[in-house]
Amino acid sequence: MAKIIEKRILTPVTKLFRIEAPMIATSARPGQFVIVRVREGGERIPLTIADFDAKSGTVTIVVQEVGVTSRLLGALEVGENLLDILGPLGEPAHIPPGGHVIGVGGGFGAAALWCLMKELKARGDKTTIILGARQQDLLILTDELREACDALELCTDDGSVGFKGLVTQRLQQIMDGDGLGKPNHVIAIGPMPMMRAIANTTSGTDIATQVSMDPLMIDGTGMCGCCRVSVGGKTKFACVDGPLFDANLVDFDEAVKRNKIYVKKEKIAAERQQKHLCERTSS
Amino acid sequence: MPAKRITKTPMRTRDAKLRATDFVEVNIGYKAEHAIFEAERCLRCQQPPCTDGCPVHIPIPELLHEVAAGNMEKAVDILRTANPLPAVCGRVCPQEEQCENNCHMAKQYLPVGIGYLERFIADWERSQPKKKKPKPPQRPQKVAVIGAGPAGLVCAGDLARLGYPVTVFEGLHAPGGVLRYGIPEFRLPKDILDWEIELLKDMGVEIVCNVIVGKTFKLDDLFDKMGFSAVFIGTGAGLPSFLGIPGENLNGVYSANEFLTRINLMQSYDFPNTDTPLYVGERVAVIGAGNTAMDSVRSALRMGSKEGMIVYRRTEKEMTARQEEYEHAIEEGIQFRWLTNPIEIIGDEDGWVTGLKCLKMELGEPDASGRARPIAIKGSEFIIPVENVILSIGTSPNPLLVNTTPGLETNNKGCLVLEANKPQTSRKRVYAGGDAVTGAATVILAAGAGKDAATSIHADLMADLAEK
Repeated sequence: MAKIIEKRILTPVTKLFRIEAPMIATSARPGQFVIVRVREGGERIPLTIADFDAKSGTVTIVVQEVGVTSRLLGALEVGENLLDILGPLGEPAHIPPGGHVIGVGGGFGAAALWCLMKELKARGDKTTIILGARQQDLLILTDELREACDALELCTDDGSVGFKGLVTQRLQQIMDGDGLGKPNHVIAIGPMPMMRAIANTTSGTDIATQVSMDPLMIDGTGMCGCCRVSVGGKTKFACVDGPLFDANLVDFDEAVKRNKIYVKKEKIAAERQQKHLCERTSS
Repeated sequence: MPAKRITKTPMRTRDAKLRATDFVEVNIGYKAEHAIFEAERCLRCQQPPCTDGCPVHIPIPELLHEVAAGNMEKAVDILRTANPLPAVCGRVCPQEEQCENNCHMAKQYLPVGIGYLERFIADWERSQPKKKKPKPPQRPQKVAVIGAGPAGLVCAGDLARLGYPVTVFEGLHAPGGVLRYGIPEFRLPKDILDWEIELLKDMGVEIVCNVIVGKTFKLDDLFDKMGFSAVFIGTGAGLPSFLGIPGENLNGVYSANEFLTRINLMQSYDFPNTDTPLYVGERVAVIGAGNTAMDSVRSALRMGSKEGMIVYRRTEKEMTARQEEYEHAIEEGIQFRWLTNPIEIIGDEDGWVTGLKCLKMELGEPDASGRARPIAIKGSEFIIPVENVILSIGTSPNPLLVNTTPGLETNNKGCLVLEANKPQTSRKRVYAGGDAVTGAATVILAAGAGKDAATSIHADLMADLAEK
């Protein structure tokens, strides 16, 4: 059991939770994740650690409500408990110091850049975050991310704020010499199409590029192999070998297909959950 | 002495057709009359070879004597003192290779049904009101156990009996290790496992789930920050092997570990009442022929597949599954493709499994394992149409703890190396046993190793106290 200390609604479907987990908060490093379970009989789902604080003994996660479990989690309130939380899992991010690091975040994945960029900035790296969304009100954690780096670049599809266009286009501009300086490293965390596009953008350059893979998982400790990802023709387990991998070696086609294995079942479960919710509100 | 009956009192089982559609236990168990009847078959040998064949050294003739006399309570005491997991072991031990293989009756007739009797005694205890037992005086030194599988639980149980405060750290959200995630409900009901673990807790064993030692904190923290005097590593062999053939990452391919974990730990058989799904098609091929392979293929039937088959490159003679499991699988309609070597998993363009490409094999000279080496027959390629391929070709120890703990020596298979004369690792006061040391083996060998480690820990901690 782990108590929820703080909850923030970032967008209608994106929720931030700060959770009491002192052991995890003490050991966590940027890039790692936790596995949580919300109810008896519930799934184990991986969530990237957005931030952690050993002093207060808390870990911050951001969840997007896309399925049964994430919706159950999103509905929890301050003072309630997560049934289980396990971590920190996976390999922390390894980035050689002294360079210019650009973190690219899209959707709720951007949250994972928070503790990472904060740490890189603190050790003296030059840090830029490119944060993208369809429109202004879907950009998350802008204040926190602005503080976590030297320069925060906002991108929206509709131009409601910042650069009008995709994060890849803004990244290309910077790579082409647009003021901020050429990056040595790019870390992209977000939806698969975005991460793939970032991989294509830096492909053929000498910019080391990593993406944070988010496959299905069960145990998160290397026991089942559910999270297999092909990287450079080799099978890796994202839970223990990742979740960060060299963007240009990841087989995105396979990863996209593998994430669809339970689509039909997930639909059955979601419809059932919706029905239950309706029955509860009407009675 | 009255003449002994030559046959073993048979185990009652549920109808094969019926049971293949649900997860209720296959074996029904002896009634008291059966148990007394069967226990009377024991010859009460002066030097009982059955006990020598038991990794936890249960004094079997004594035990059977009490059962034959109807003294079930005494039998329970004898059994539980020797083995903290009798309801589990009575169900999953390969008795035919251990105690029953050594039974003098087996020389001419059928051995005494020691396994069935162990199960009966444990189940009898469960049917009685719980007895409160006085706790032994608590010792000053605390022991940590890493992994709540059979090795860790037995080690913890024995240490608690000796009066040590014991804390077991488990990575998953529920204790039991392979007994929880691996062995299916129809062989080992989880409420029986829960009950047995509950008894350990009653003895004072503390179990903390959701902790991965090495990640959540380091092994050295147990000594330096948390005040433990000794650590037992029982982390098992949880890392699944893959064949390395094309198509292994297609949708519908599972490691046996994942397939069974989804069903057992995550209870996907009850989806959508539970939340974890499983994808099972009409036809399922399981590669391998050990107990885990049998568990996987029989589980697939119960999850609704129409055709379940074992694909194995050797023959019936070389398979490692228990005879009982094999027979139960045959009764349930499982097919067996012997001398069949998978070389590729075929899929459609959306990434779903459609078939398993295999080669026909023939047996040649014995290989390093002493078993006849299977040799491919040229041009014998063929495709078995299936929607699922489950790989049950073995597991190895998880490197997670070793990778994060300095000074823990392992061999080239990743197994922990122990000292020659005791179950201590290359680190002082760090002990180990079970699959983490031997590689994938049986529940009872792990239990035996846990027991031996408890004895060794006790001796060393007593010596430490005396030195102070």
